[in-house]
Amino acid sequence: MEKFETLSGIAAPLDMINVDTDMIIPKQFLKTIKRSGLGQNLFDEMRFTPEGEEIAEFVLNQDAYRSAEILVAGDNFGCGSSREHAPWALLDFGIRCIIAPSFADIFYNNCFKNGILPIVLPQEDVDRLMDDAKRGANAVIAIDLPNQKITGPDGSEISFEVDAFRKQCLLEGLDDIGLTLKKAPSIDSYEAGLQDQPWR
Amino acid sequence: MTGTTLYDKIWEAHLVDVQEDGNCLLYVDRHLVHEVTSPQAFEGLRTAGRAPRAPHKTLAVADHNIPTSDRAGGVAAIADDDSRIQIQTLEANCQEVGIEYLQMDDIRQGIVHVAGPEQGFTLPGLTIVCGDSHTSTHGAFGALAHGIGTSEVEHVLATQTLIQSKAKNFRINVVGDAPDYVTAKDIALAIIGEIGTAGGTGCVLEYAGPAIEALSVEGRMTLCNMSIEAGARAGLVAPDEKTFAYLKGRAMAPQGADWDKAVAYWQTLKSDDDAVFDKEITIDAANLPPLVTWGTSPQDVVSITGQVPDPSEISDEGRRRATQRALDYMGLEAGTPMQQVQIDRVFIGSCTNSRIEDLRAAAKVAKGHKVADSVSAMIVPGSGLVKQQAEEEGLDKVFIEAGFDWREPGCSMCLAMNADKLAPGERCASTSNRNFEGRQGRDGRTHLVSPAMAAAAAIRGHFVDIREFEGEAS
Ligand code: SF4
Repeated sequence: MEKFETLSGIAAPLDMINVDTDMIIPKQFLKTIKRSGLGQNLFDEMRFTPEGEEIAEFVLNQDAYRSAEILVAGDNFGCGSSREHAPWALLDFGIRCIIAPSFADIFYNNCFKNGILPIVLPQEDVDRLMDDAKRGANAVIAIDLPNQKITGPDGSEISFEVDAFRKQCLLEGLDDIGLTLKKAPSIDSYEAGLQDQPWR
Repeated sequence: MTGTTLYDKIWEAHLVDVQEDGNCLLYVDRHLVHEVTSPQAFEGLRTAGRAPRAPHKTLAVADHNIPTSDRAGGVAAIADDDSRIQIQTLEANCQEVGIEYLQMDDIRQGIVHVAGPEQGFTLPGLTIVCGDSHTSTHGAFGALAHGIGTSEVEHVLATQTLIQSKAKNFRINVVGDAPDYVTAKDIALAIIGEIGTAGGTGCVLEYAGPAIEALSVEGRMTLCNMSIEAGARAGLVAPDEKTFAYLKGRAMAPQGADWDKAVAYWQTLKSDDDAVFDKEITIDAANLPPLVTWGTSPQDVVSITGQVPDPSEISDEGRRRATQRALDYMGLEAGTPMQQVQIDRVFIGSCTNSRIEDLRAAAKVAKGHKVADSVSAMIVPGSGLVKQQAEEEGLDKVFIEAGFDWREPGCSMCLAMNADKLAPGERCASTSNRNFEGRQGRDGRTHLVSPAMAAAAAIRGHFVDIREFEGEAS
């Protein structure tokens, strides 16, 4: 997994609540057996007409936001299906950070497994960053994970919370499975204790 | 000391390791796998040179992509290349590492959340995961069951554990006698309508109270299935005699002395009387009408006697805009009575409502009627075994005579990954769980309802109040 330390990039405003993973990557793109290449279909049905033409109003089709690396969005981002294709598609497009007042559980988890930082902020902070993001290509926002700080285009700072363990994994690009396998003796002894519950 | 909740008990019983920062390693008893969210996990294992730790604790079945039309040609005859490759990849992966796989022509094949309980793979007190958000279904048995991402699928395959932090306890008391035709589906929709799609975020829901005890095990599955639509990590119902009766004798359930021992343990699985919940609400089932969704979020519910909401009456700006967007997408005018909304398609199926009781409820309504000329209606049983049972009871004949399309089991038009999908603009009464934009096909319009409501809508060509429909039937 790619490390995440600091990021300074264009923020795109996606001013919607309940952005679900069906929107982020519609099911017709889930038939792949790979993780890569999904960026071209990110937000497919919002980004393109059925004929494949770009829908001009959609934020990521606007010149100012084509190379956005940060998304600022509304409440309950990533709800619905557990598909990890959603963070894969975001990452493949180039999004490394999403800022919203709240995220759905599974999506939130999936982000960390893929080097994407989801940041939860109070609504008024999100509103401010949403305003900033609407300023187009000038909307460069800086994310500093070690210091848990966001710097807006005008230099104002917002601090954010993140679970210490997840932060460490992002900073070092750590592989969860490798970490857990170091605890194999604990798993062994746990399994040894299962004998009196044969149905497990 | 205060008591503990059912969730606390299952959690405690599965802790392998607790880190200082509160992150825990939780043991996973059962892992369900399907074709869409697993290929990258198997690939990851291979790349890292890792083998699954406990392949016998995993059960695999293809459901999302599988055709629900004639399957005589087997997997090789699946026309869509990507679908076929995904199913063949699952088969090959399972064979390579020794995971039991229910073949497409196996009578036990079906939607993963229907097939698991049917086989007794799902049991009370277990932790159950699957790369699928509706894994919450299995909570109906008092198992801690939730969806995971593909990286976590790989993690579970490699370690039989999951890194988790504890969720909050949220009890939903459902009291009162649910009137006739107010089903588990209506209760689920009512709860989501009440707490919203983010209302359960960070929580495990425990459904309790007389109306939950009164539900059948299948009804509890419908209810727990939709916990994820309320944003919850999982839903739980404490196991009781109905649960044990459902499981007894199932192929993968314990037998003989082990069964007795298991039941004795399962009987301890309930929240203590003095357990403290972080959140709690009470809903009176006696006051519920049959419900239908009008919008593009499962929280957009309204009584069948109600009407399409008016965005101009909503003060919160985000919500007003979301409502307007939903109405535009759904092609609905504010103020239209729901019973005047005409439909084109009906889908009875999905892991929410495709079990035998659902089909019985739909057949009871369909019997002696005809599907409206303007409507195309399909019935997709949840598994081969459900289909077989329905055919033994003659339900297939009732449906076919009424003009419903009787199909092979799978996810089908719940998410429209196979050929079963809505055309742009088509409006569907669906017993599935998500009415998101594009869920059943690009620009398709989905209204979530119970099986009986869906069947009645098929016959009339528009939504009808099922309570009155029965009176009209001959
Ligand atoms: S029936 Fe629908 S919700 Fe259930 S597992 Fe299949 S696609 Fe998912």
